[in-house]
Amino acid sequence: MSRIAEAFARCRGAGRAALVPYVTAGDPDPGLTVELMHALVRAGADLIELGVPFSDPMADGPVIQAACERALAKGTTLDTVLAQVAAFRRDDPATPVILMGYANPLEVMGYGRFAEAAAGAGVDGVLTVDLPPEEAGDVVPVLRGAGLDPVFLLAPTSDEDRIRAVGRVASGFVYYVSLKGVTGAAHLDVEDVARRLAVIRRHIDLPIGVGFGIHDAAAAGRVAGVADAVVVGSALVRRIAEHAAEPARAVAAAAEFLQTLRGALDAAVAHAVQTGEGR
Amino acid sequence: MTAKPTPWHGPDEHGHFGPYGGRFVAETLMGPIRALEAAYLRHRDDPEFLAEFDRELAHYVGRPSPLYFAARLTEAAGGARIYLKREDLNHTGAHKINNTVGQALLAKRMGKTRLIAETGAGQHGVATATVAARLGLKCVVYMGEEDVHRQAPNVYRMKLLGAEVVPVRSGTRTLKDAMNEAMRDWVTNVDDTFYVIGTVAGPHPYPMMVRDFQCVIGREARRQVLEQAGRLPDHLVACVGGGSNAIGLFHPFLGDEDVALWGVEAAGEGLETGRHAAPLSAGRPGVLHGNRTYLMEDAHGLILGTHSISAGLDYPGVGPEHAWLKDSGRARYVAVTDREALDAFHRLTRTEGIIPALESAHAVAWALRLAAERPAEELIVVNLSGRGDKDINTVAALEGIEL
Repeated sequence: MSRIAEAFARCRGAGRAALVPYVTAGDPDPGLTVELMHALVRAGADLIELGVPFSDPMADGPVIQAACERALAKGTTLDTVLAQVAAFRRDDPATPVILMGYANPLEVMGYGRFAEAAAGAGVDGVLTVDLPPEEAGDVVPVLRGAGLDPVFLLAPTSDEDRIRAVGRVASGFVYYVSLKGVTGAAHLDVEDVARRLAVIRRHIDLPIGVGFGIHDAAAAGRVAGVADAVVVGSALVRRIAEHAAEPARAVAAAAEFLQTLRGALDAAVAHAVQTGEGR
Repeated sequence: MTAKPTPWHGPDEHGHFGPYGGRFVAETLMGPIRALEAAYLRHRDDPEFLAEFDRELAHYVGRPSPLYFAARLTEAAGGARIYLKREDLNHTGAHKINNTVGQALLAKRMGKTRLIAETGAGQHGVATATVAARLGLKCVVYMGEEDVHRQAPNVYRMKLLGAEVVPVRSGTRTLKDAMNEAMRDWVTNVDDTFYVIGTVAGPHPYPMMVRDFQCVIGREARRQVLEQAGRLPDHLVACVGGGSNAIGLFHPFLGDEDVALWGVEAAGEGLETGRHAAPLSAGRPGVLHGNRTYLMEDAHGLILGTHSISAGLDYPGVGPEHAWLKDSGRARYVAVTDREALDAFHRLTRTEGIIPALESAHAVAWALRLAAERPAEELIVVNLSGRGDKDINTVAALEGIEL
């Protein structure tokens, strides 16, 4: 079983949704990324999404754009990120790491070379934001061949045709973007999310993570009631940004925030046990 | 006499021109892009839509634009005869409006009430704000903060036309960042918003759709040159930033294999300095802004900042059809420095009484070089894609003159 499948199985066994923090590698400083990843695991992360900073993050909102700019200003490259994962993996053999980024740095490295290097570093999944199933035909087998799960997005505007198209190429889990817009956007309608997830589950037999618009513990708790994983990105990165000038403090602030979300996920389980409701 | 069928009538149904083009966007954008494609395919052959487009081009834009034999410029070059396709005489002063008229008519048929656009030099922003005013639509233009300062008169023109101009402060604060920001707006406000891309780049169907709207340039030029000279030209020359004026001129001639096609990029301070905007001449293939094409990027795949005297050519990518034409050898791509473009700017102004846009001056510079090497029997058509009024502050500043 892959590390991703094991992580979801553990969470299912505990009766709760998985907690998936997103941070941009190299933000606020490449020297802190590995420490930050370990701190997130101690604070309750079940999987980690590690952003590969890109110069033109078209699908991201202002918070993650700024994180990319901070990381790039400190010289973070795809090679740096792979080295960070390898360092993390030496002390943490269990927590899955999913790289999330844009196609061009992978194109330049070459998908074959990238897949080999990523698998060697201990990466588990790859979410290439601007590589929809239509354009991923050649890439998916390369990733799979190296033992990496290709992770894909689904959106409120994805119709059933597209859900099926993603189902044919995705593995590990799928990531449902819970609202229109870019990362960090507002308003989240949990009932609407629940309806969409029901449609997706008719076509795709993989765990579903939900992200975009989860700003606090309350929202995380509500999403945990309907999704297999709760992804939190901009709200976490904002905590790091607030302390970008004193990086040591940034790690602690991110971990403290994540702990509150994990608390909400655990409370949701306790509540379900008390009231006798299964998830 | 019409162009014979060619293998050039791409893209395929997925928007690929050979290995280039395509739809490299986040899932959040796939819905809007597919809806746009469906609407465009429905209307592109609709006689009513095409008739309305033609009417707007004739009575609002002022088409056909003249094909003008530049006798004194030809004499100055001392070789092949130079004709200018006068896109500078269009309403708003450039070829950009051909495309914005087309996309705005489509937006209206799709029931959209708000147009958004990215702009570098401001010409596409002005052309979008203009058609928005003409059709009573809301308009928001994204413009890099750097460009907002460099192109203050165009910013004011857009505001006069009723558009909101949003300065973009991310990344390099230029055209590429404005395009990122416009995409973010579109994906957030897709229900009422139509994104008017200004060039033949971006995800499918934009490279095809913008080309189709700009092909009016080449269709007219082909007819006009046959009327005036009795034969096809030997060379077509056009500047290439994203490449919309060039593809508009080239495309109707693609089947005419004896017509040489020259795309002229901005070599800035020189290709060897790295300070340029010439992805076809000095870049390599990659993925940006929804398509695979030639890019200016570093060894890690990060997109580089560009430099050109001309804000309209200051873009690190290029339309995917140009990438394909380059690889196939059907078109050749060359680059002209800031200095050469500036010389051509003055040369055309003084010999013909026509002040070209700095973008178009790049094409004029190459045409002058080409004409000097070729015999008087040969014939060159240059796309004079825009007029230079917008650039007089830039030129004056370079020459140390305060206006």
